[in-house]
Amino acid sequence: MKPSKLILNGTVGLILLWLIIPVVIVMPMSFSSARFLSFPPPSWSTRWYEAYLASAAWMDATKVSLTLAVLSAVIATVLGTAAAYALNLSGSKLVRNLQVLLFLPVVVPIIITAVGVFVVYANVGLLATMTGLVLANVMLGLPYVVTSVLVGLRKFDPAQEMVSRSLGMNRLRTFFIVVLPQIRPSVISGLLFAFISALDETVVALFISGGENQTLTKRMFTALRDEIDPTIAAISTLLTATSFLVVMLVALSARNDSARVVADDDA
Amino acid sequence: MAISSAVDPSVLHERREQRLILMLLAPALLVVIGLLIVPLCWLAWQSFRQDGGFTLAHYARFVSDDVYWRTFLQTFRIAFVVTVATLLLAYPVAYVAASASRRMSILILAMVILPFWTSVLVRSYAWLILLQRRGLVNSALDGMGLIDQPLILVNNELGTVIATTHILLPFMVLPLYAAMQKIPADLMMAGSSLGGSPAHVFWRVFLPLSLPGVLAGTVLVFVLALGFYITPELLGGGRTYMVSMLVSRNIELYSEWGAASSISVVLLLCVFGIFRLASMIIPFERIMGAR
Repeated sequence: MKPSKLILNGTVGLILLWLIIPVVIVMPMSFSSARFLSFPPPSWSTRWYEAYLASAAWMDATKVSLTLAVLSAVIATVLGTAAAYALNLSGSKLVRNLQVLLFLPVVVPIIITAVGVFVVYANVGLLATMTGLVLANVMLGLPYVVTSVLVGLRKFDPAQEMVSRSLGMNRLRTFFIVVLPQIRPSVISGLLFAFISALDETVVALFISGGENQTLTKRMFTALRDEIDPTIAAISTLLTATSFLVVMLVALSARNDSARVVADDDA
Repeated sequence: MAISSAVDPSVLHERREQRLILMLLAPALLVVIGLLIVPLCWLAWQSFRQDGGFTLAHYARFVSDDVYWRTFLQTFRIAFVVTVATLLLAYPVAYVAASASRRMSILILAMVILPFWTSVLVRSYAWLILLQRRGLVNSALDGMGLIDQPLILVNNELGTVIATTHILLPFMVLPLYAAMQKIPADLMMAGSSLGGSPAHVFWRVFLPLSLPGVLAGTVLVFVLALGFYITPELLGGGRTYMVSMLVSRNIELYSEWGAASSISVVLLLCVFGIFRLASMIIPFERIMGAR
């Protein structure tokens, strides 16, 4: 290897290390026996996980976060898939502009979104409710689903849909029997990303969650402002593990898809 | 049959198609309109109101109150530094990922995507642990005998910049990689076979062709950094004051809706303005990675 190439690869290796270390460093620290988070930990223990599991407040917050993440991911996937299908169907300029509207939730700074949702909920009485939390996270998850499904639809051959409909199948049946199975990996990716987005969402939750419906991230953020409690290291590890799992599932679903395409080509 | 022949069946079909498209889009649009567009309009309206009348007082503060423009200045400075830092770090990563073997590039991309999908809160917390007075970074530097006293890396602007750069790096790498991947390897080969040195080929061929990715990444990172909230709140230690924090303080502490609204409107105009400028060069959808 030429020296210039060696330097380049070495630099990139270091950057990647810098990128990954802060993500994984919390894991060993969460198994520390000490109150003060030092590295390496003086000795290993699971006391912070036990503290997390024993705390009713943390458990309630976890339940709220998981419920809201599952519900909003499912709803965002249904709404987002329908929207992506419509966007793909239409070539009109008006509809293209509507597409920009659907991307707004990722463009608008999250604090402004949070304030806005807070105002709406204060007026309609949705503050500190599960319905309110789910709706807000459906909105935030929509861009992920729409993007992901649109990518899938662009790869899909529309002639197949036409054939199916010319053979007398109606639009709805065609969608479920012909289209959906082929774009399934994109839909699943969208679903998983919407799930993670809702599970990790913090800023909107700071404004609209509360009382019985306080999310895990809100509780973590509030606790962090006061002190560095090692219980949060344990919870962070669990959240990170969930993210890793989800990314792996997405990769797996994408790989199965390309494997199937290859198999189809061979047949 | 005069009536039915008056309406062309293809027009009828077209109309049905339009109706279907609207029906499918409606639920998603309603959510976004109800929870985002309507409140944004309300904020814009509120920013001109005080005691039931019209006022420009909330905007006048941008001139009279130095907290306002100092906060905006600090926010833009942080966003700028973060954008330059991510670009410098991301470019070599994306370059190696785009030119490496398939296996290697998947590995590199995995190391970029995993942090991308890890909670911002968790990553900010990790940096808090790493950078604190007796944190890993200080003890490592001390162990190597490089410092006598722990460096103050957190509870200031430096800590905020480090963590924000880390969190936004994937947003730079991914568009860069997407643009670089489209550059045909033959073109580079042609360049060098015509006698160009590798450095020359890079500057004259590769770099210009990667510019759409540079622009997309730059816009995305800059805009996201402008609106950052959690990271400066946790790592800024009260000394780093970004626009988002100004918005939240005005509501949480003072219930100053007029002030919070005018700040939101100005921040939003900055964001939209930047996107608008960028979309004159490359389409919005490409910035968002939809294609």
